[in-house]
Amino acid sequence: MPSTFFTEAPHWRWLIILYFFVGGLAGGCYFLASLIDLLGRPSDRPLARLGYLIAFPAVIVCGVLLTADLGRPERFWHMLLQSATWRPMLKTYSPMSLGAWGLLVFGGFSLLSFLGTLAEGKRRGALAFLRPPGPIGTLVSLLGGLAAFFLVSYTGVLLAVTNRPIWSDTTLLGAVFLVSSASTSIALLLLLGSRRVFLVGGLRALQRFDTIVLVLELLALGALVVSLGSVARVWLSAWGALLLLGVVGVGIVVPLLLHLRAQTPLSSAARAAAVCVLVGGFLLRVVIVLSSESI
Amino acid sequence: MPEPMGFYTDTTVCIGCKACEVACKEWNQLPATNGGRSTLSGDSYDNTRRLDGIHWRHVKFIEQFDADRRQGRWLMMSDVCKHCVRAGCLEVCPTGAIIRTEFDTVVIQSDVCNGCRDCIAACPFGVIDINPVSGTAQKCTLCYDRMRAGMTPACAQACPTASINFGTIRELKQKAEARVGQLHGRGERGAYLYGADDKMLGGLNSFYLLVDKPEVYGLPPDPKMPSRNLKPGSLWSALGAVLVGVVGIISFRMRGTDNA
Repeated sequence: MPSTFFTEAPHWRWLIILYFFVGGLAGGCYFLASLIDLLGRPSDRPLARLGYLIAFPAVIVCGVLLTADLGRPERFWHMLLQSATWRPMLKTYSPMSLGAWGLLVFGGFSLLSFLGTLAEGKRRGALAFLRPPGPIGTLVSLLGGLAAFFLVSYTGVLLAVTNRPIWSDTTLLGAVFLVSSASTSIALLLLLGSRRVFLVGGLRALQRFDTIVLVLELLALGALVVSLGSVARVWLSAWGALLLLGVVGVGIVVPLLLHLRAQTPLSSAARAAAVCVLVGGFLLRVVIVLSSESI
Repeated sequence: MPEPMGFYTDTTVCIGCKACEVACKEWNQLPATNGGRSTLSGDSYDNTRRLDGIHWRHVKFIEQFDADRRQGRWLMMSDVCKHCVRAGCLEVCPTGAIIRTEFDTVVIQSDVCNGCRDCIAACPFGVIDINPVSGTAQKCTLCYDRMRAGMTPACAQACPTASINFGTIRELKQKAEARVGQLHGRGERGAYLYGADDKMLGGLNSFYLLVDKPEVYGLPPDPKMPSRNLKPGSLWSALGAVLVGVVGIISFRMRGTDNA
């Protein structure tokens, strides 16, 4: 029996699963918004606006979920400041320590972009410079996009930097979470934008993006199972069935088939595909977290 | 600076009296489980079941009997935090609550811990858990308070058979090696030390004399540091980020036939 099976579970359950999912959407939507703002056409700007408007509230939800999950929520700030000296608390080799700072940094960028987006209303406000194409807005989007990549992948690295079965028996969880965050965030933007005909150009690009990302996700999941070696046998159970049917079937294969069928991203087939991707992304986190917790 | 201190537990003389468990609970004022009502595990004479936030010592009962129970033996082992020289819990702790003391032991400061539970997942031995009273992660402190006063930890003080030995690591290793030699001389060729040398996590400051495979005692055969996955995990994530980024750029750049 591998040594990881002699350890105890940390009781990370639904709040953490939700954090992984919502955090993935926060980072993913911000990355997409930056991508659209920096590389899209002017007609795509409302789609990027949607991304920024999702990212900041989502990252607030992340903070609430993580704080609520602590054994002593009133000490959440101990993650950032040393309680005895009030000096910054940062361990570059601890993913949770880095993650706390990453969340704060990403929260800052997502707030700036959120304010910039709100300022771009009917009457252009003073803070509109926080959004591209201006130089400051471009810088905020670029740096925020990098922070978003960190946010969506560090959670997988955090699970790997433990001694728990499955989590620490592979080094691919960060990459899997990253790809899944991209697919779920694209799905969310496709879903929310699918009733706005004037966004069809950007939505079509997103749909194309989603198709390739879903294929990447399938490959990443296959590599994950292979990398687990004999440990993957623990998924010869209900968890494995959920992974196969829920994550791969509902979350990847069905949406890929629906994308092939969907003539336009405004169709009901495209909307159904997006819902399936979101369900699959959530189930992925459920399987990864709870299948190890149950050992 | 004091010398590194620790435990050497000779499992061959443990009689399973659980005096160590009781002494630990009393000294550290650890609460009873289940409101003090006893529930039987059905697992030999072990109703403590495992180490956790309110059980910092746990005497394991391992029954090795034939099917007809005519031939067999008992293995007993008083388990505790290993106070690893390279400690996974200390490495991942994001609040700095877990510290290495002047005695080279590993202690969780309960007033700093915020109960994130990363240390529980990082410990290769499954030693740490949340104490429901404090809401923080807790484990054996090797009686840090007693050691600072020049006293022996409560469990070692209470052990009636000297199965739990307390002292400097240097002295304990000499004692343990002599005991292994003695057992080998008497024909118990399976006796060996678990965690005494620096190959296992730089050395365990609480090491054991065992007479069967580590797995039999519920100990990992090859415990590792959690940080082994940090670099490769980060690199794979970075590769994933580059791939997704490139695909995203291509998706938005190749839009020749799209309606703007």
